[in-house]
Amino acid sequence: MSVNTLSIDGKMVTGTTGETVFDVAWNNGVRIPRLCHVGGVSDVGACRLCLVEVEGQSRLVASCRTAVQEGMVVRTDTPRLQAHRRLIVELLFAERNHVCAVCVQNGNCELQDLAASLGVDHVRLRYRYPKLPVDTSHERFGIDHNRCVLCTRCIRVCDEVEGAHTWDLRGRGTHALLIADFGDPWGQSESCTSCGKCVQVCPTGALFTKGKSVAEMQKDRRFLKYIVTAREKHEWIR
Amino acid sequence: MDPLTTGGSRPRLATVWLGGCSGCHMSFLDMDERLLDLAARVEIGATPLTDYKSFAPVDVTLVEGAVANEEHLEQIRHVRRNTRVLIAFGDCAVTGNVTALRNLFAVDDVLDRAYRQTSAVVVGMPGGDGIVPRLLDRVRPLHELVKVDYHLQGCPPSADAIFELLTALLDGRLADLRGERRFG
Ligand code: SF4
Ligand code: SF4
Ligand code: SF4
Repeated sequence: MSVNTLSIDGKMVTGTTGETVFDVAWNNGVRIPRLCHVGGVSDVGACRLCLVEVEGQSRLVASCRTAVQEGMVVRTDTPRLQAHRRLIVELLFAERNHVCAVCVQNGNCELQDLAASLGVDHVRLRYRYPKLPVDTSHERFGIDHNRCVLCTRCIRVCDEVEGAHTWDLRGRGTHALLIADFGDPWGQSESCTSCGKCVQVCPTGALFTKGKSVAEMQKDRRFLKYIVTAREKHEWIR
Repeated sequence: MDPLTTGGSRPRLATVWLGGCSGCHMSFLDMDERLLDLAARVEIGATPLTDYKSFAPVDVTLVEGAVANEEHLEQIRHVRRNTRVLIAFGDCAVTGNVTALRNLFAVDDVLDRAYRQTSAVVVGMPGGDGIVPRLLDRVRPLHELVKVDYHLQGCPPSADAIFELLTALLDGRLADLRGERRFG
């Protein structure tokens, strides 16, 4: 495994071949914003929040899908990137129905926190108000499509960690919708083991535990690290 | 930012209540004893807290609520013409929030639900008789209709955030709203 030296926001850092710019940045204290990345499962570059500038390339690249290279010069927080990130978050708010004041995830939501940290204090785009379903057919969990940002964390954790592959996406663009099995009510899914992993990794109030009211939903993401460390290193440590 | 103190006289502060639950105004009252500090620095203009009927020109206006009916639309335009600094006060004013949940349905269905289906005594529907203002077909946040100078998020914004924004405006400095800027 060869070691590469690169510059991230003016800081000289090293990463081994195959590591992503995103991971190397975080390991060195540079916290690139993200919504679809979650440690322990593969990266898909869906949310575009981790876009960075790489010297010599006119195109912005998703740092979670870009491998480090020797001599790379990366910038993660320029005014241009900040403007793009703010717009991405505004698009997410405008696309579905987010009413934080009455949401289970209020106060513990990654989208809400992201808006705050990026200085999004209003949404310049017109809200779409699509009519979307809420599926509470599962015995213990529910999914509110109004809050889903299509990050696919749930799909990946269910497939790659639980091995059930209950979730998938149907449709494209604004018609994209998360579905269980072949579009059945979640409660009738034959593949779901009711492990709850998808609920814990969901960054928003889209996946929730039944019985939770406004602002009561908390998510525990450390469990994923625990499982992955156990699996890869055979170390059962918290 | 230019300080609001114009020619020695105290700046005038107004508050307006459109399509909201009045929770933002309750939070305003939660400034408690700081209301006395504020009162010493401003003249109070129109506000529902004093049961205002007409809106005279002021320097700063806090506008609670979204624009949901024809009366709100008229009010927000009048307020914009008559205030130097307009603050969207709370999530309903900033995003539409709960007030705008009805945007998922057609106005006729919303009225039918409220005045016919769920009403024990059906006396009729609010129409265009000028007594009850007609609903707009879509509830809108303030910035879709008028220029907004500051967005104060929160449902409701905390008393600390309200006090900080107002005193910063009076001092002519940038408000420090770290940790206070969040939807919900
Ligand atoms: S999911 Fe997050 S951003 Fe969306 S309404 Fe709930 S708390 Fe707000
Ligand atoms: S509860 Fe477990 S098995 Fe069921 S959908 Fe979620 S991650 Fe997959
Ligand atoms: S349900 Fe949650 S985890 Fe799944 S795609 Fe939607 S926001 Fe992401």
